[in-house]
Amino acid sequence: MSRPTVADLGASLRRGETSPAELAAASRSALESLAGLHPVLRYTDELTERQAARAARSLAESPEKAGPLCGIPFAYKDVLCVEGVETTAGSRILQGYIPPYTGTALGRLLDAGAVPVAVTNCDEFAMGSSNENSAFGPVGNPWDPSRVPGGSSGGSAAVVAAGAVPFSLGTDTGGSIRQPASFCGVAGFKPTYGRVSRYGLIAFASSLDQIGPFARQVEDAAHVFTAMAGHDPRDSTSSPTEVEPVDEQLGRGIEGMRLGIPREYMAEGLEPGVRTAVESAFALLEKLGATLEEVSLPSTPAALSTYYIIAPAECSANLARMDGVRFGFHVDRPSLTDSYLETRGQGFGPEVKRRIMLGTYALSSGYYDAYYRKAQKVRTLIAEEFDRAFEKVDALVCPTSPIVAFPKGERSDPLSMYLCDVLTLPVNLAGLPGISVPCGLSEGLPVGLQVIGPRFQDARVLRVAHAYQAATPWHEAPPPPPPGAAGRPS
Amino acid sequence: MITASAVSTLEQILSRYEPVIGLEVHGQLLTRSKMFCGCSADYIGSPPNSNTCPVCLGLPGVLPVMNRVAVEYTVRTALALNCEIPEHSKFDRKNYFYPDLPKGYQISQWDMPLSRNGHLSFTVDGEEVRCGITRVHLEEDTGTLQHAGDILQQARSSVVDLNRAGVPLMEIVGEPDLRSAEQAREYLVRLRQILVYIGVNDGNLEQGSFRCDANISLRRRGETELGVKVEVKNMNSFRAVQRALDFEIVRQGRLLDQGQPIAQETRGWVEAKGATISQRSKEYAHDYRYFPEPDLPPLQIGVDFVERVRAGLPELPQQLMERLQRDHGLSAYDAAIICAEREDARAFEELVAAGVPAKTAANWLMGEVARLSRESRTPLQRSGLGVAGLAALVKLVEGGSISGSTAKELLEELYLPGGDPAAVVRDRGLAQVSDQAELERLVDAVIAENPAAVADFRGGKEQALQRLVGGVMKATRGRADARAVTGLLRDRLAR
Repeated sequence: MSRPTVADLGASLRRGETSPAELAAASRSALESLAGLHPVLRYTDELTERQAARAARSLAESPEKAGPLCGIPFAYKDVLCVEGVETTAGSRILQGYIPPYTGTALGRLLDAGAVPVAVTNCDEFAMGSSNENSAFGPVGNPWDPSRVPGGSSGGSAAVVAAGAVPFSLGTDTGGSIRQPASFCGVAGFKPTYGRVSRYGLIAFASSLDQIGPFARQVEDAAHVFTAMAGHDPRDSTSSPTEVEPVDEQLGRGIEGMRLGIPREYMAEGLEPGVRTAVESAFALLEKLGATLEEVSLPSTPAALSTYYIIAPAECSANLARMDGVRFGFHVDRPSLTDSYLETRGQGFGPEVKRRIMLGTYALSSGYYDAYYRKAQKVRTLIAEEFDRAFEKVDALVCPTSPIVAFPKGERSDPLSMYLCDVLTLPVNLAGLPGISVPCGLSEGLPVGLQVIGPRFQDARVLRVAHAYQAATPWHEAPPPPPPGAAGRPS
Repeated sequence: MITASAVSTLEQILSRYEPVIGLEVHGQLLTRSKMFCGCSADYIGSPPNSNTCPVCLGLPGVLPVMNRVAVEYTVRTALALNCEIPEHSKFDRKNYFYPDLPKGYQISQWDMPLSRNGHLSFTVDGEEVRCGITRVHLEEDTGTLQHAGDILQQARSSVVDLNRAGVPLMEIVGEPDLRSAEQAREYLVRLRQILVYIGVNDGNLEQGSFRCDANISLRRRGETELGVKVEVKNMNSFRAVQRALDFEIVRQGRLLDQGQPIAQETRGWVEAKGATISQRSKEYAHDYRYFPEPDLPPLQIGVDFVERVRAGLPELPQQLMERLQRDHGLSAYDAAIICAEREDARAFEELVAAGVPAKTAANWLMGEVARLSRESRTPLQRSGLGVAGLAALVKLVEGGSISGSTAKELLEELYLPGGDPAAVVRDRGLAQVSDQAELERLVDAVIAENPAAVADFRGGKEQALQRLVGGVMKATRGRADARAVTGLLRDRLAR
């Protein structure tokens, strides 16, 4: 079983063919063999052992009651806090920081019996689209190690694509789950803002961040989402509305569904291979019984600049607590001001500093109205345009990224990097659910199809993606074996 | 043209300049838990950093959850100060770096506070003062720092205690409507009184649960344009506020007299020096970069909620003072003293309800009880005697069973341990000698034993009578009614 799914492993566990500890050990060695790609920052050995034992007990006591994730190994992004496990957000400034508490979403997975194995590499404080901004080195794409896996949740996407774990957790602020999912050829789901608690997620931009799963199969992503979703009294932005059951929606198909293609998302800048793959996907969706029509989201061109005011503004405040006073990296200087300057100057990488500067500037007295307030207004416009589109269609379909995975080092100027997220970040600005599923290859590299739904229609988005997946082989296509792997053609 | 010397007195300066003063008060709310987490809001006396959790420590990944009681207390305060409560309100982040601020920003309120446009009216020297309340808003308190050295920038080392971090803090911003240090002091006294009355704050200036900053500028009398304002901090008592403001009036007045500019700055009151000293210049003023707190949804304050809070407001000091004057005939002066602390006012009403005449009740509370309460640091309500015990004691006097001086002795004796005054009087035979025959016998005996005093009195020395009265009191161990004895003596000696 080269790239097992949650269902495969769950079945083996229930047949008694294997144990949670064995599965975790197998995942660990698979992850170790990926060392060349550098997707893992650290292993959670002690927690893994404890959690595997807990899962084994649950399975032994009542296999029926144990949920689908019980005993299943997984990896999570280095921005999610778990008590006793070092969490650094890919940054030097948090090196050595061990949270004294466990975040809600991850805690719920632990309660469901899932077994964490490793903490995955990511862009520093989730800021980036290539995973090249990690203070601990870049991650390689399993499809081509010389290329990036996307970002910021690059490590989490890579380990699932490589088959080392059946699922992983990432976070998505402007595309940080969907874009790496697209680049690595796996499913990556960003739930509606407020559907999954952010408590325990080291914040990049509070009004945009959401935790979500990577998996090779949409149903696996749905299981993980279901386990994490729902109101959390510790997160006042988490919605108190009930979570619509996803299981009932999966497998219903999309017969009669109205799907919209945002005209602005198919404009120039799309790589030809991406366009071809996505257009074939549209054709297939039509064949599956959906009606497709073009819709317009005219404010789309303003989304990028809007995002790059709001997200940096929030991050400039969110990252202020990394001051070296209570935790993490600290440079001792005789004066307080110098301690702050040196700690933050040496602790943060260039992209994080750039965004803190951008955000600080946008919020400065005299500039607030021209930047931040205006950006909030445009954000409202963007959300309203989506709302209007959803009066006509049930969901939107479009490419996840205009491009496929690019070579490491290729996009050294920040703006060309920011443009990677032009098709994903409007979804965050509007707080909508979105998923990327593999829909073909362009020059041998995966292309992602994005499905976007109205707020709190997470189940509908998963349903469309599942229907597409059920009719296509792309999610089963493994990355080519790594160079030097014995006995296989490269 | 006034030629002023550089050493003008306060009076001279006040004759030429009008002070313009506005006060900002921070009051910690008496909620059980902190503003955004479950830690106790009562942090006094906890070992350093023990009253903390990931949320108030500002660890990565945590989120604030609003304390609804704190919102209610702020609305209660705002209503007591005649403020409007807008339907929409929100929290904002106020960004600055300081080691006592764990998140690097304070969650506060910027452009949409919980309330605005109120006022507080009071009288100073017979003059009615109406001070506008710009706004009452809600925020979180910071931690505390201790420095090895005077100020942070020069300290060799500093330690941070975050026990206080996140305690709900209400900011009451007053309009610059005050025109003297006395008015400022009276405003604070009244404001504190209201906060304590409505149960939202304990009014402790020394421990800093009630803190005051002042903005003060001077302008020539008759001018309407405002002068350069100076912010004064670090005033830990009402007296300090008054002294610091008077100091600033003199300091600024003398500078203006010399034609020197006033620096816009923050100054700290140093009690030991009796002076304010410059802390930081506004040239380095922070740009706090306020923006809406994305971790907390905006607040919707419904009319129902506001009306429920309004209906639950207790009688405010001003209303109570007016009622006590109206219903019980107290003088304005007595009513103000009785109502200074709500507990005293309550005790007064209980005494009256128990049948003690109003003026008598007021006199006991303002006199002996106030002294004992102060000396023992135990208010009547928490003393062993209690209000009921005091009522019983006072009624013994009123009924003529014991003398006033016996009552005072008993009050002193029973105040802390408590006890039934009537039983003590009975057991120890302290009842007043009110038997006329007995008194006459004692008076005659004293006259017979003090021929010199009798002669003096008859010779026109009035005070000689007091010696004779004293003799009778001594003989009864204070149990005689001094007035009755005096009357009796005059009677006898006139014959």
